Amino acid sequence: MTLERWLSLAFLAFCLAYGYAAFISMDAALPPFAKFSPVWPSSFPKILTVIGLILALGQLTVWHKSEPAGDIDRRQLGQYAWKTTAMIIALMVAYALLLRTLGFVFATVSFLVLSAMVLGERNWLKVAIIAAIGAFGIWYLVDPVLGIFLRPWPFVFYGG
Amino acid sequence: MLEGMLAGLTTILSLKMIMIVIGGCLIGTFIGMLPGLGPMSIIAIMIPVAITLGDPSAALILLAGVYYGAIFGGSTSSILINAPGVAGTVATSFDGYPMARDGKAGKALTIAAIASFTGGTIGAVLLMGFAPALVQVALLFHSAEYFALMVLGLSAIAAFAGRGQVSKALMMTCLGLMLATVGESSLFQMPRFTMGLMDLQSGIGFITLAMAMFALPEAILLILDKTRSKTPDQQQNEISQLRITKDEAKTMAPVVGRQSIQGFLIGVLPGAGATIASFLGYAVERNISSPKEQEEFGKGSVKGLAAPETANNAACTGSFVPLLTLGIPGSGTTAILLGALVALNVTPGPRLMTDQPEIFWGVIMSMYIGNVVLLILNLPLIPYIAKLLTVPRNYLIPFILFFTLMGVYIGQNNATELLILVGLGVMATVFRIGGYPLAPLLIGFILGPMLENNFARSIQLYDGISFLWERPMTGVLLILSLLLVCLPSVRGLLQRRRQTKAETKTV
Repeated sequence: MTLERWLSLAFLAFCLAYGYAAFISMDAALPPFAKFSPVWPSSFPKILTVIGLILALGQLTVWHKSEPAGDIDRRQLGQYAWKTTAMIIALMVAYALLLRTLGFVFATVSFLVLSAMVLGERNWLKVAIIAAIGAFGIWYLVDPVLGIFLRPWPFVFYGG
Repeated sequence: MLEGMLAGLTTILSLKMIMIVIGGCLIGTFIGMLPGLGPMSIIAIMIPVAITLGDPSAALILLAGVYYGAIFGGSTSSILINAPGVAGTVATSFDGYPMARDGKAGKALTIAAIASFTGGTIGAVLLMGFAPALVQVALLFHSAEYFALMVLGLSAIAAFAGRGQVSKALMMTCLGLMLATVGESSLFQMPRFTMGLMDLQSGIGFITLAMAMFALPEAILLILDKTRSKTPDQQQNEISQLRITKDEAKTMAPVVGRQSIQGFLIGVLPGAGATIASFLGYAVERNISSPKEQEEFGKGSVKGLAAPETANNAACTGSFVPLLTLGIPGSGTTAILLGALVALNVTPGPRLMTDQPEIFWGVIMSMYIGNVVLLILNLPLIPYIAKLLTVPRNYLIPFILFFTLMGVYIGQNNATELLILVGLGVMATVFRIGGYPLAPLLIGFILGPMLENNFARSIQLYDGISFLWERPMTGVLLILSLLLVCLPSVRGLLQRRRQTKAETKTV
């Protein structure tokens, strides 16, 4: 089965789960007085579920076309940098998880340096200097200048 | 009116005011380039500064300058790194980014600047002439018409459906509409599809989804495929080229003219605003283009870039009509401006024009000056801004990723949103590899809440769906959207039939 059809199948599964919530569990939580209203919170989701199911089934069966040209050549998957990509995605997840603990400046510099090195950069000192200037500059613009709170340093610096 | 215009001109034509406009435009442009800080937040941030100026005209002129600057700045990040920070510039990235990837970033930015300038200026002329009359028409629009208008906006998705792709585009729109229902809806005060997670209570953020659909998959594909971007040496020659050829100017001119008027009229309607104007502008221009030009859309078409840019600027100007004449803010940004006006002791409304003409006309005049200043300031800056793309890959990609993550984090201070971003971004990449268009998903997501609210309100008012045939304007708008969706398919079908006929004849 092609990736295109797998995705239609995933969408079908999503529609079924969405539809279950719309048709069954959501209405159960509705307060009694709201049941007199002509529209319920679940009305629009119900319509969407029906449309979604028709589209997903149609895509899986009738409308399915031969493999279109996507963004990458699926006959030569080996030539792409999957490992690097996976490592960068892992770094993004780590950045999200550690941003609060490490503080904006430290987390950002580490993220920029590590991702540049994963991409093949050897001169880590140069990246570190650029990253430090960039991270501090953005923090300075966002927090002191614009007044949007952004914790710059690790938690331990604040005594807690 | 002439008297008022002169009063406005005398207000604005002093060194202090011109410096304020220039300052506002510059601040707006630079902050607007950071994804995550749209015009709304920048204006909110600048209000205290504006109030300390004391003079209401000066304050408003500063804010108007910031507003225009921010919109232009937003287009820059859409074009250069495919990261639309504001809903109004999503359509700009459809053709702006492919152009930049082709090494024509300078040209794309110039087209955007000129289109914005013209849209804004023609909008200001229309504002001057028709403001009071248009308000009356805008008030005729009820929720049923708004519902139909949103459906019309959704028809823009047809523009992304190539041959045999209509069902895929529709599927993605449906997914976008479904994602928009997550969280607490304003109409029902009941959390939906949150799976008990507090972080989903307020729904998925627009910026999170926009970054996840556009900026992140692009960055991931850049990492996956090393040959995807041109090398800096290849780009060096073309990237700073700003000049638009005569032919390009010729194709642009009618688009800019049409979209200035259309965008302005949509902007006048409270609640519709720049986003709908830009999507509709894109869809309409694509539909009335020749089949050959249609093929170009989405791949770096001059028309496809000029249309949404003109329309969203004209709509921004249009959104001042209800604000200045009725005191009704038509969009989030004008709502913040209304707050600023009230803080400065100015009451917008029908009497503003007669009681404080220097403010009313001062603002309109500042729109002209702001647009001119923006063009003069930005054109020389474009080569430098465009050169950002020639930064080596090992530096550029981490910074794009960082800006994407930061755009989502700033202002929300919620790290969970970052995890949602990465998750949705990976999903979006898989969809792109599978050949599914992502723009319809975002369009569905943006228009979804407005569509549902107006739909629900109309049903409540009419106790059913009789509004679909009882209100003629609703019917007309719905038929128009049906035409917009079906026209390309019908045209393609006719063409194929003609081709087969011709083939059978030759045989």
